[in-house]
Amino acid sequence: MYRDNPDAIAALVRDTEVHKDCYTSPELFQLEMEHLFANTWVYVGHASQVPNAGDFYATTLGDQPVVMVRQPDGSVKVLHNRCLHKGVKVAPDGAGHAGRHFRCPYHAWTYKLDGALQSVPLRQGYDHTGFEHCEASRGMPQVTTRVYRDFVFGRLAPTGVSFEDYFGESLSTLDNMVDRSPEGRLEVAGGVLRYLHRCNWKMLVDNQTDTCHPMVAHESSAGTAVRVWKQAPEGTPKPMAVELFAPFVSPYEFFEKMGIRVWDNGHGHTGVADSIHAAYSPVPGYWEAMAAAYGEERAKQILGEVRHNTVYFPNIMVKGPIQTLRLFKPIAADRTLVESWTFRLVGAPDLLLERTLMYNRLINAPTSVVGHDDLEMYERAQQGLLSRGTDWINVARLFDPAEFGQLPDPAGVVTNGTNEWQMRNQMRAWVRYMTASMKQGAAA
Amino acid sequence: MKAPSNQDLIDFVLHEARLLDDLRFDDWLALFADDGRYWMPLARGQTERRLHCSLMDEDTLLLKVRIERLHGQRTFSQQPASRCHHLLQQPTVESRDDAGGIYVTRTAFHYVETRQDEQQLYAGWATHTLRMTDDGLRIALKRVDLVNCDAAFGNIQLFM
Repeated sequence: MYRDNPDAIAALVRDTEVHKDCYTSPELFQLEMEHLFANTWVYVGHASQVPNAGDFYATTLGDQPVVMVRQPDGSVKVLHNRCLHKGVKVAPDGAGHAGRHFRCPYHAWTYKLDGALQSVPLRQGYDHTGFEHCEASRGMPQVTTRVYRDFVFGRLAPTGVSFEDYFGESLSTLDNMVDRSPEGRLEVAGGVLRYLHRCNWKMLVDNQTDTCHPMVAHESSAGTAVRVWKQAPEGTPKPMAVELFAPFVSPYEFFEKMGIRVWDNGHGHTGVADSIHAAYSPVPGYWEAMAAAYGEERAKQILGEVRHNTVYFPNIMVKGPIQTLRLFKPIAADRTLVESWTFRLVGAPDLLLERTLMYNRLINAPTSVVGHDDLEMYERAQQGLLSRGTDWINVARLFDPAEFGQLPDPAGVVTNGTNEWQMRNQMRAWVRYMTASMKQGAAA
Repeated sequence: MKAPSNQDLIDFVLHEARLLDDLRFDDWLALFADDGRYWMPLARGQTERRLHCSLMDEDTLLLKVRIERLHGQRTFSQQPASRCHHLLQQPTVESRDDAGGIYVTRTAFHYVETRQDEQQLYAGWATHTLRMTDDGLRIALKRVDLVNCDAAFGNIQLFM
């Protein structure tokens, strides 16, 4: 019904409403994998996961098995992780070391680290077969790759929007997270939390800038933490966990005032003027290290940026001040794997990593009470959207027809922190990149 | 203060699991020492707690938050509530320090958590570090190592 039918896809996103099929339809999910996740720049991994030549990290980009690998010249490439012979994943899932080449474990076809076919056992068996004209002779295909300050992105489509045009000024959030290291460098650290969600991946993306849910959905977790803490004897030092939980149940006014900045192509962030990460206790020695590295004025500017959640459309969210990255891996229309990654600010005191890891554990783990609150809502929504009572999801909050004229402003536009503009922005980008390479079919 | 027998230690561990299966969480929390912890590592053989993430690393304040939350009127992920079941292998006493009043037991377990029509099975080992106090044995540390600690999980809402 939607394949080769860009008009039908465009009709799913109205000015202030989104059709439920976007979240429930297996056909649209398949088209997202073929179009949206091919035409956009999608996060693959972090270069610190593959420090030395031959180090690899095998993962998925959308539904595609890919492997990110460090080259002998120090660059990082992303390859389709599939032997050209019988299709076996050449690199096993996760991190490893390939040595000087990849060797398929099935029939020992070997590939250079850039994917070029190096050797095939009993090569003479392919003489006079026209092998040199086969796809196999071209090796493992490369994904168009861009490494930005060690964040590795891939675009599956060989042609399309450039990295700079796609992300524009939104890269300032990645810049800020990296700049928070006195050495200007991040390392993946502390392990990854993996959490299965039985809901559509876009529910998680929508939730990142949904500032009208914390005081409601998280009353049970963050609200309870605040209440239990109030029973502590006077003078008890405030534990780090309470400092991390408490801002979740800030009042509506706080979230309204903190602001949202919206950029073109579906990117945006909450926490412009203020955020729930703004009032953490200072970490001894950190300011001194930052001031020494950058000078006081620049250091103040870097640390004064307290952005909350930055969505890089389609499927990651970055928290600069708390050094986490959440990757929403699409598995099926109603199934998503959430990976929550954490980073060490190289050259900064360990206490910052400790706080980052505690935040990740308290908020993003399958054992997290905040996670339980959210997942219950996503799963109820996934089930509720099966209702034929009504077909549309509402995203009208603070809609202004003028917003169509305001993007693309390269600097983005700042608005009220409870505006659902960022959700509308994501779905407008969704239509753009779903249909960018879609031909109008004869049947449409 | 009389030193506990090995049987006392084993009975304590069995009783602790019984309280969880009976959903008597407040009584369960009372088994912890004031500085007691419940730790569920994220990696196999994990020794680092501060600079490596864990699934849970809870002091008694965080355990209390969880327990109060389970009873909350607006705790929607517990409406209806989860239930749990522990199947324990006979605990073994791994070490005894009668002078210091510190005892360590290890218990292999299968744990089932259910909610509505869903049932999840987990397997692992619980290592209890117990401390003898004036009030009897208390949990200084309960370490829960899942055999698949690094797997992707759905919600784990109760205690193993």
